[in-house]
Amino acid sequence: MLRTRFIITALALLGILCMHIPANGQETLSVQVKEGELRATPSFLGKIVARVAYGDRVVVVSDRGAWKKVSIRGGTLQGWMHASALTTKRIALKAGQTSVRTGATQDELALAGKGFNEQVEAAFRKENRNLDYAWINRMETFKVSPDLMNNFLVQGNVVPPAEGGKP
Amino acid sequence: MKKSLWITGLIMLAVLTVAACATVQTATTLATAVGEQAGVFSRAEGEAIRKSTVAVARSLEDFTPEQEYYIGRSVGAVVISKYPAYANAQVNQYLNTLGQTLAAASDKPEIFSGYHFLVLDSDDINAFATPSGLIFVTKGLIRCCPTEDALAAILAHEIGHVQLRHGMQSIEKARVTEALTVTATEGAKILGSPEVAQLTQTFSGAISDIAKSMINNGYSRSFEHQADKAAVVLVQRVGYNPRGMIDMLTVMDKKLKPGELDFAKTHPAPRDRIAEIESDNRSFTPVTTPKFRQERFLRAVGHI
Repeated sequence: MLRTRFIITALALLGILCMHIPANGQETLSVQVKEGELRATPSFLGKIVARVAYGDRVVVVSDRGAWKKVSIRGGTLQGWMHASALTTKRIALKAGQTSVRTGATQDELALAGKGFNEQVEAAFRKENRNLDYAWINRMETFKVSPDLMNNFLVQGNVVPPAEGGKP
Repeated sequence: MKKSLWITGLIMLAVLTVAACATVQTATTLATAVGEQAGVFSRAEGEAIRKSTVAVARSLEDFTPEQEYYIGRSVGAVVISKYPAYANAQVNQYLNTLGQTLAAASDKPEIFSGYHFLVLDSDDINAFATPSGLIFVTKGLIRCCPTEDALAAILAHEIGHVQLRHGMQSIEKARVTEALTVTATEGAKILGSPEVAQLTQTFSGAISDIAKSMINNGYSRSFEHQADKAAVVLVQRVGYNPRGMIDMLTVMDKKLKPGELDFAKTHPAPRDRIAEIESDNRSFTPVTTPKFRQERFLRAVGHI
């Protein structure tokens, strides 16, 4: 009786451990940036083929250096993402989507919109009316396209060493 | 007696199995679950154990990029309250082109809301980087740069501070624990709840911790050295001459006035930084800037 119970518990533990690895051995990661991009080639100069949002799940198909080829929407679309845009943590977007349901532990679960968020910023701004966020909002709109970056490097004759390193 | 031995064994097994590939927290969570299942302790006791482990295991790593983003926005607002923005679209466009190109080639090109750069309208020699990638450079500091290569070194140094999470590390440990513990409760999502009020207080504390070390006291000598090292690696990777960093520090050394509340207070002396950079690297070749690069640099920031 005790032995059976031991075996069941041991199997359950093993099950929990294996839960993080999908059956086909492919790794699933979460997008950890506000707006993520899938590119045709493993480079920031690559054409954007799809956009993903914070918390979206992507399946890793292959790796090349710091770049990962991922597939989305059930494998219907593929593209390259830089590893720094991805996390192994699962990002739960809705409140109440708990670790129990996803089977993830506290450590693996990041709750989007929790903690320091828009509401906390609003409350903080109420207490610090001298702070002006207009320039902060403006700064966030300063975006340089990959084409512009490339032209900037080429025109300035900024040539990376043989190893590469262009964005 | 025999049963309790078995249960202890099971808990040990759970801890050992999981500890091999996960954190203590995960292990304890599982072990606690097994303990509850076996009736060694009640659910309430299990909950208490889980909570205390959670508190201990809380660290900077548990802040999501989204939370860092909100911290960064407010730290940026504090910076803007000290120094006004330099509202010159061309200058800021040039700074962002150079800065974002460098960031894209860095080890951490993707952060929650991207890297953004702004010139501050001040003669002080100063620069700041928020944890979320907002980077500010004063006109006074830009004037220390004879070339684009030198300016690239400044921006790369600030990108280094972001990637090495120096700002986040200035937050007091107790505050980190507090923030992340409150965050774990469901009520923290409801505006007006005691949790949001408590979080706002902690948030406010975190902003002032970062502002205090970034603006008033400066980071440690070792953080500055790390950022210099990261900058040398990054500019070289993109194709700039790292000697630009030395050129910039040499000008800065002449311009800094002792007693000022800028880099004179918050950074190691330029000649000490030069010595450290040179001890890490064999001699750099002098910067020979192509004509077009120097012209666009002077056109963009030569007049400020």
